Amino acid sequence: MTTIVFIQPDGTRREVDAKAGESGMQAAVRAGVDGIVGECGGACMCATCHVQVSEADDARIGPREAIEEEMLESVLDDVSPESRLSCQIRLRPDLEGLVLKVVEVV
Amino acid sequence: MGIGRIAIVGTGHAGVQAAASLRQDGFEGELFLIGEETDLPYHKPPLSKTFLKDDVPELQLLRPEDFYTRNRVELLSGRCVSAIDPAGKRLAFADGAALAYDRLILATGARPRLPAVPGTDLDGVLALRNRADGLALRAALPAAGDIVVVGGGFIGMELASTFAALGRSVTVLEAAPRILGRAVSPLISDHLAERAAASGIRILTGTGLAAIEGEARRVRRVTTGDRQSLPAQLVVIGIGVEPNVELAAAAGLACANGISVDGAFRTSAPDIYAVGDVASYEHWLAGRVLRLESVQNATDQARSVAAHLLGRPAPFRAVPWFWSDQGDARLQMVGLAFDPDQDVVRGDPQSGAFSVFRYRGDRLLSIETVNRPSDYMLGRKLLATGIAPPIAMVRDAGADLRSLLEGEPKTSARAVVSS
Repeated sequence: MTTIVFIQPDGTRREVDAKAGESGMQAAVRAGVDGIVGECGGACMCATCHVQVSEADDARIGPREAIEEEMLESVLDDVSPESRLSCQIRLRPDLEGLVLKVVEVV
Repeated sequence: MGIGRIAIVGTGHAGVQAAASLRQDGFEGELFLIGEETDLPYHKPPLSKTFLKDDVPELQLLRPEDFYTRNRVELLSGRCVSAIDPAGKRLAFADGAALAYDRLILATGARPRLPAVPGTDLDGVLALRNRADGLALRAALPAAGDIVVVGGGFIGMELASTFAALGRSVTVLEAAPRILGRAVSPLISDHLAERAAASGIRILTGTGLAAIEGEARRVRRVTTGDRQSLPAQLVVIGIGVEPNVELAAAAGLACANGISVDGAFRTSAPDIYAVGDVASYEHWLAGRVLRLESVQNATDQARSVAAHLLGRPAPFRAVPWFWSDQGDARLQMVGLAFDPDQDVVRGDPQSGAFSVFRYRGDRLLSIETVNRPSDYMLGRKLLATGIAPPIAMVRDAGADLRSLLEGEPKTSARAVVSS
């Protein structure tokens, strides 16, 4: 079990216990976190699970695969260097305390 | 006047999204979600891929287990609706029970069509639509060294790729001259066929199915239309689907290749709506009556019907998008290509990552991409805003197509799906 934190644009925090091997998106959908849709079920096809992470957490998660990189390049939210697609974040015990900021829908 | 009770028949992507959107949009009345399967509603696309490949076949639930109770959605699983009484506004169940409704949403989906040849009833002849089918395929795989996939459409090519990855000898029979012929441009079709061949899949185009033969009730061989005999311990049928219209048709609702609905997803019967794979409607982008079979279509229509039911009608303007994973080829498509007269390539097909922009005149109809998600994401925005990039610009690999969207209001991927 890995506990991760989702923060809404209004600052609301929500801790979610993620199962090993689950993605950030799956954990969010299971817990009913607002703003994480996961329309494509985690196939990296829809970009409806966009989150932002700190530089330190970004390093902990590890590098983006090409596919995530390319989807992010064209995500139409405000993409920043801290952007990730949470369906591509595989949760491991060493990601305990990971903070995922839900991006405001524009 | 508030609506007292809404019943939804069908627990696929459309039915579940309709329930979710109704609650999200503030529906306070009773909500029934009725499905024949006993599992909690789940994602269908993984059934042809990870569900078959993973050591343990796990369903990916559409919503968490407690979603239904938290949102006061009465989920009636394993229940079969046997009749609709539109005048009395009641559903009858196969087990004799009945349920009155104020509004009814039909999201009954579609089922695999079977070819009219002998032998489709043999053991080892399967189609894929739901978890039970997926489990049957998994159970058949250990003894299936030779697999024949009938139909080179999306499901057939995805399954063929999965089987090849699992080390099976796979032959795809496609009656048309090329695979995915109705769905994608010739360039993409040829490219995916080459990739499939490179991964060991044998594709026979222009070749129909004459018979499936067996011994002791088990499939052994397939005879093609041109009299080839192919060994097969497993035959998978993927020649398309037929919409589940029987309930609607028996109740007198107008049906024509699906349940006919208007722009607000109303059927011909009062207070009955239809969405998803089963709904036939005049598509705003294509300008013709059609039925789409996709997750996107199901969920976007479900969101829209919820808004209509709650008195917040808005014209349905979702841009269709679709994906298909075939081995290491990620096909992503956006738009609808009816009567294209020019296909413009961006990128180099030889590199394994390229896009086809399909035009009619100077109007952009669709974009199909293989391993080039940025063109696909851009296309979603271009088609939503009605901007068509000049053809010369598409051809110019150095041109930044995103510049066309400068000045357009930003819209996130989630903005269109968050209500």
